[in-house]
Amino acid sequence: MSLVLIALLPFLGAILPPLLIRAGRNAAAWSAGGTTLLALVGLLTHAPEVMRGEVLTARIEWVPALGLNMNFFLDGLGLLFAGLILGIGLLIILYARFYLSREDPMGQFYAYLLMFQGAMVGIVLSDNILLLLVFWELTSLSSFLLIGFWKHLPEGRQGARMALTVTGLGGLSMIAGLLILGQIAGSYDLSVILTQKDAIQASPYYLVALILILIGAFTKSAQFPFHFWLPHAMAAPTPVSAYLHSATMVKAGLFLMARLWPVLAGTPEWFYIVATTGLVTMVVGAKIALFKDDLKALLAFSTVSHLGLITMLLGFGTKIAAVTAVFHIINHATFKAALFMSAGIVDHETGTRDIKRLGGLRKLMPITFAMVTLASLSMAGIPPLNGFLSKEMMLEEAAHTVWWHSHYLLPALVVLGALFSAAYSFRLIAHTFLGPQRNDYPAHPHDPGPGLWLSPAILVSLVVLIGLFSKAIAGPIVAVASQAVIGDAELPYYSLKIWHGFTPALYMSAFATVAGLFLLWQHKPLERLWNALPRPEAKTIFEALIAMLVRASERLTNALHDGSLTRYAGIFVVFVFGMASYAYFTGNAPAHIKPLGDLGPLAVMGWVCLVVSASCVVLYHRNRLLALVIIGVTGLMVSLTFNYFSAPDLALTQISVEVVTIILLLLALNFMPKDTPIDSTKAQRVRDVVISIIAGVGVGGLLYAVLLGDFSQPSISEYHLANSYKGGGGTNVVNVILVDFRGFDTFGEIIVLGIAAVVIFALTESVLASNVRARLLNREPDQPIAGDAHPMMMVVATRVMMPIALLVGVYIFLRGHNLPGGGFIAGLVVATAFVMQYMASGFAWASARQTFPYHGIIGGGVLIAAATGMGAWFNDLPFLTSAFGYVYLPGLEKFELATAALFDLGVFLAVFGAIMLALESFARYAWQPGIESEHPMDINPERDDPKVSEGEA
Amino acid sequence: MEALVASAVAVLTACGVYLVLRRRTFPVILGLSLLSYAVNVFLFATGRLVQNMPPILSKYADATYTDPLPQALVLTAIVISFGMTALVVMIALGAFLSSDTDRINTTDTPESGDNA
Repeated sequence: MSLVLIALLPFLGAILPPLLIRAGRNAAAWSAGGTTLLALVGLLTHAPEVMRGEVLTARIEWVPALGLNMNFFLDGLGLLFAGLILGIGLLIILYARFYLSREDPMGQFYAYLLMFQGAMVGIVLSDNILLLLVFWELTSLSSFLLIGFWKHLPEGRQGARMALTVTGLGGLSMIAGLLILGQIAGSYDLSVILTQKDAIQASPYYLVALILILIGAFTKSAQFPFHFWLPHAMAAPTPVSAYLHSATMVKAGLFLMARLWPVLAGTPEWFYIVATTGLVTMVVGAKIALFKDDLKALLAFSTVSHLGLITMLLGFGTKIAAVTAVFHIINHATFKAALFMSAGIVDHETGTRDIKRLGGLRKLMPITFAMVTLASLSMAGIPPLNGFLSKEMMLEEAAHTVWWHSHYLLPALVVLGALFSAAYSFRLIAHTFLGPQRNDYPAHPHDPGPGLWLSPAILVSLVVLIGLFSKAIAGPIVAVASQAVIGDAELPYYSLKIWHGFTPALYMSAFATVAGLFLLWQHKPLERLWNALPRPEAKTIFEALIAMLVRASERLTNALHDGSLTRYAGIFVVFVFGMASYAYFTGNAPAHIKPLGDLGPLAVMGWVCLVVSASCVVLYHRNRLLALVIIGVTGLMVSLTFNYFSAPDLALTQISVEVVTIILLLLALNFMPKDTPIDSTKAQRVRDVVISIIAGVGVGGLLYAVLLGDFSQPSISEYHLANSYKGGGGTNVVNVILVDFRGFDTFGEIIVLGIAAVVIFALTESVLASNVRARLLNREPDQPIAGDAHPMMMVVATRVMMPIALLVGVYIFLRGHNLPGGGFIAGLVVATAFVMQYMASGFAWASARQTFPYHGIIGGGVLIAAATGMGAWFNDLPFLTSAFGYVYLPGLEKFELATAALFDLGVFLAVFGAIMLALESFARYAWQPGIESEHPMDINPERDDPKVSEGEA
Repeated sequence: MEALVASAVAVLTACGVYLVLRRRTFPVILGLSLLSYAVNVFLFATGRLVQNMPPILSKYADATYTDPLPQALVLTAIVISFGMTALVVMIALGAFLSSDTDRINTTDTPESGDNA
């Protein structure tokens, strides 16, 4: 199976459980389990090759220009992690089927779980660090959904938010770090980066990149001081805790450190940051775990502690420590997942996870007791279980590590951590299962069915088997995974066995065990001491910090964003002017070109008209109707400007858009005040004038500079001019660009236009559905209604002109490919012809004769354009590739048929539909049942009574 | 000629910005229209100004043509600016009909005698 498919399979499978949950909870669980099993089998088919030391790759180009490719690779480390993720995932799916209650939406649960699984597999198989980042963020998001799965619990929501905040922030920092790393190495492919050790460690940016990446890894792996989110994430359902916090999410940070170990490790910076953080986390986590009463909280802090242990091993930077880290990752995943699931069983069967309310369950729940005992002893590091082996190797390594110029400091602290670790493991067994049987359990405890205990039992048997036959079972995978961690170097000598002789590690281990038992014996007085001592509560600090940030951003937002649009606009104009001035005075101007010298009288007259009309719009803007009329003149002058400077298409478009815009504004003005009162002071107006003059001078100056300068780069227009006829089959280059070269842009544009029209329609619907409608119906018009609502001359004229206008529209459409015209302009012209009917004959009359809804016309246009574009696929060409040919028919000149014309038809329909839908929506505000008339040419002599009865004419 | 076009765009921009800085919806919409004119002419003019050289290919002569690319860009911009204007007008109208005021700033308190 391809590596790409293995990584994507969980994502594809994630849609199944929510669908199949209708067929029952078993169907949902089977679909999730089947998907995982399939991916696992796919992975295992590659195992023999990886075990031989080969590295498998799969490459798909995604965005090669950015260095972002779907490159996957599978080596020993990837195989180990992917195997853990999918294997334990399978067990969790089984366990969750029986753990979740009937009320929990199980389909959703499995969908989230599979998404998370896919993201994790993606991380461990990615060969491209950008791709890895994508998956990394996906784990943060999907774990948020999983931790907050019980949405009704406030702790669940808070824990999920906290986890997302901490790991998300770490992820951001990691993005920066990995980008720097990629820049140093010259590639974003891990397989290349991993060969660049010397370049990376010699780079001045090494330390920055290292710290940024480590923040990402530490937050994900809950290292001190970011460890606080993990215990709060325990509000999640137990299957989630068991999965996320034993084998997967928290191991992602460790994975990243292991993955980048060959290039980042080995420096003093690495040693002191990573080993120290790991050491502190290990001791602090273990100490807190000893005093936690909630079973899951105890396990959570023990997880923190063990993650610290592995981090410390990776931080040592020696090869043998790396091997030990890999081995402990396997061991920790097995015993910790088993413990979490067992804790879930205790919770499920007794109704509580509080150690203080438990005890004496030994006889009541023998199977669970056996499982917890074996897994806990492994966690405590008791032979012959697997935890003992890796702990011995760790102690051995710690015993001769010099830290802060001292030979004894680090071993002493490590023993302290091991001692606490042994103590809480013993406490977990003793205070839950040993002691006298009680009669005040919240429920009647008994062992659950095999559905619940099977998964942890499998893991516990692994705990024992790896302990007894470590070389046979874990040896090969530890070897290949370690080889992948340490890179090209030779694998050091090590031996996975129980008895190494009387070594310092054995004495340390024995001391830790005995002292751990002593701590358990003295737990009560120690707990009193612990509770008496003040200690920082991470959650309170975190929440206070978040509240402070929220307050600060609220203050900033409210200060900047005070609800005055005028102010925003003013700030925007001044700011843009400032930035542009800075750019202008610091940049280089290109060479000047010869200006277009002649100033004909026509040009000057046009200029005068434009400037005077624009100024008059401002001068008379308080009289809204007058301003509207004058702005029409400005639009007309703009249209003439286009025509004057060789842009006939633009002139046609501008003039027809002008018509519909003015009609639209008139329709709106009908309901709005006809005058604008003065509400700014003189000082404000002076300020506004200054701002607008600044803007005008800036834009005018910029344009003048542009017009006098030559192109700073060769224009791409030459290509369009040269290929318009050859490649696009049209001589109107503007139209060919629109429907062919840049057809995709145009396609997007008509969709935007259609959306705008539909939004206008929707707004009209919602406004008219409110109490506004009643007010509109009872509205007294503020100006006298025309006695002749539908003047006969106008009605006749528009009806006569209708076919002519339509013919003009068709003509403009057809010639568009070769001469000025095309779908946009034709759509506008035909819309104008239709609008004339509405204006002259009335809304009711016109809409009674309009049988196609305008929405449908917009949709049809977009669909025709899309279908034309897709037609290219059948010839194995990219979307919207056009084709054309010439047709000879007897008696006719040769003419052209082009698919671009079909696309242009789509444009035409969409533009036409959008304009009509917008105008129709505005007109619906004016519709009053009283003035509906079937006879638009009737004259109503009673001007103020709009009622017209039959026969009165 | 360049100075003429540049100054016309400057006037359009200044008038547009002034109207955008008004306190009522209708002048702001007019101001946005003026600004659209200014922007469209600006974009169009970046192809440089030439006369009598429309980008319609001629098969008879080896003619030179103006830059067609800004024209295509501006053509769609004109149509889109219609869509934008229509949408803004609809929002303004809906807001006026629902709230009885056409002020655009929530910071302005309506004084007595407001004829809105």
